[in-house]
Amino acid sequence: MATPRTESFEAIVIGGGLVGAAIAWGLCRQGLATVLLDEGDIAYRASRGNFGLVWVQSKGLGAPWYQRWTRASAGEWPRLAADLAERTATDVGLQQPGGVHLCLSEPEFEARAERMAQMQREAGNTPYEYRMIRAPELRDMLPGLGADVVGASFTPYDGHANPLRLLHALHRAFTEAGGVYVPEAKVEEGAAAPHDFAVLAAGRRFAAPRLVLAAGLGNAELAPCFGLAAPVRPQRGQVLVTERAAEILPMPITTIRQTQEGSLMIGDSIEEVGFDLRQTPPVMQAIADRAVRSFPWIGDLSIVRAWSALRVMAPDGLPIYDQSARFPGAYTANCHSGVTLAGAHALLLAPMIAQGVLDPMLDPFTAGRFDVRAAS
Amino acid sequence: MFALRPERPATIEVAVEGQPLRVPEGASAAVALLLAGIGRTTALSGAPRAPYCLMGVCFECLAEIDGVANQQACMVPARPGMRIRAQRGARRAGPA
Repeated sequence: MATPRTESFEAIVIGGGLVGAAIAWGLCRQGLATVLLDEGDIAYRASRGNFGLVWVQSKGLGAPWYQRWTRASAGEWPRLAADLAERTATDVGLQQPGGVHLCLSEPEFEARAERMAQMQREAGNTPYEYRMIRAPELRDMLPGLGADVVGASFTPYDGHANPLRLLHALHRAFTEAGGVYVPEAKVEEGAAAPHDFAVLAAGRRFAAPRLVLAAGLGNAELAPCFGLAAPVRPQRGQVLVTERAAEILPMPITTIRQTQEGSLMIGDSIEEVGFDLRQTPPVMQAIADRAVRSFPWIGDLSIVRAWSALRVMAPDGLPIYDQSARFPGAYTANCHSGVTLAGAHALLLAPMIAQGVLDPMLDPFTAGRFDVRAAS
Repeated sequence: MFALRPERPATIEVAVEGQPLRVPEGASAAVALLLAGIGRTTALSGAPRAPYCLMGVCFECLAEIDGVANQQACMVPARPGMRIRAQRGARRAGPA
């Protein structure tokens, strides 16, 4: 087969999920001619299974740089939502009323209190407001709490959004701003030189001085081709969804949130089972059990859907961001919080990539942290 | 709009929106709603709906049956004394 003619862009983004779409739109917004290559429905599609929290309070224990990045993203989110609403007339359902993590035993409450105190210490000069709330006060905040709930942690920074509408809006904003979206475009071949990249996908050849790998679990295989490393593994999470009900929950809870349409989403699980998207009754039962202990009235609601998805997880659970030292202009972005970090990806990371320099605040996120050298 | 077939006598008495109504044995709660000419409204936009597929697929026949919200009325056989109300808007959730 003859080599197809080369289509030149200023940036290639590989991966059409929330991470790739947020960065691609961010690059477009910076005025870069950008092509977004999306593998298609054979991909694992974590962005289709997301829970939808814009969550701050538990992110980055022992890793204050992750706490700062998450806070920064939550801070950018209102601008992201407003911009997407203006450009696409899509309401991505952002609400940031604060959020609660429920504790169902004294040991859980004590462990949570310690964790939150450490988060506040590690926040340094950035204010980190939180409260540990005991059950009697909590009962005034949340309707019909179960007898097993002993208390909760609260921060005002947490919120939630509709992940599917977000994905839709990012894609629409991207294409309406002139970005080129190519579906069914699994990358077959790549060529790298500093600030000079080419990839073959969907029978077409694309070239650009910038290349961003945002292919989720696919990054593990792609990264070495471009002088990068993305040691990510799948981690399964399962979700239950109830029938729609009139609004009752005033704020999201770590594992329970009520959507704009009234459904209750109930999570989650953390399972190391490889590339296995099955659902398992014992895990679904455990998820439902904790939800009903938290709010006994949830037991009256019918479950109408359930699914599992695979988180994109680095060995230490933190995101990975890098620019290739060998092939400058090639970047990776890997994380399991595509919704929470969408604000940062579109409005902070994309401008850095456009400028060609990652801000030093992202230095700790390099995959170099997993090298034996780095540890010695 | 709907009439009973003459060969199937209506022997089961239910209450649709509090009004007594007889349906044939083996009829579903959705049949009672259709006979009564009662529709529901959707959870989000409040658009009018009525039983449609009558085989458990479309969820358009949602009703409150004996106090339980959001039941698929077409899948529930009518029983004597059953209380059937159309589902109007989103169901309520929360502590009793």
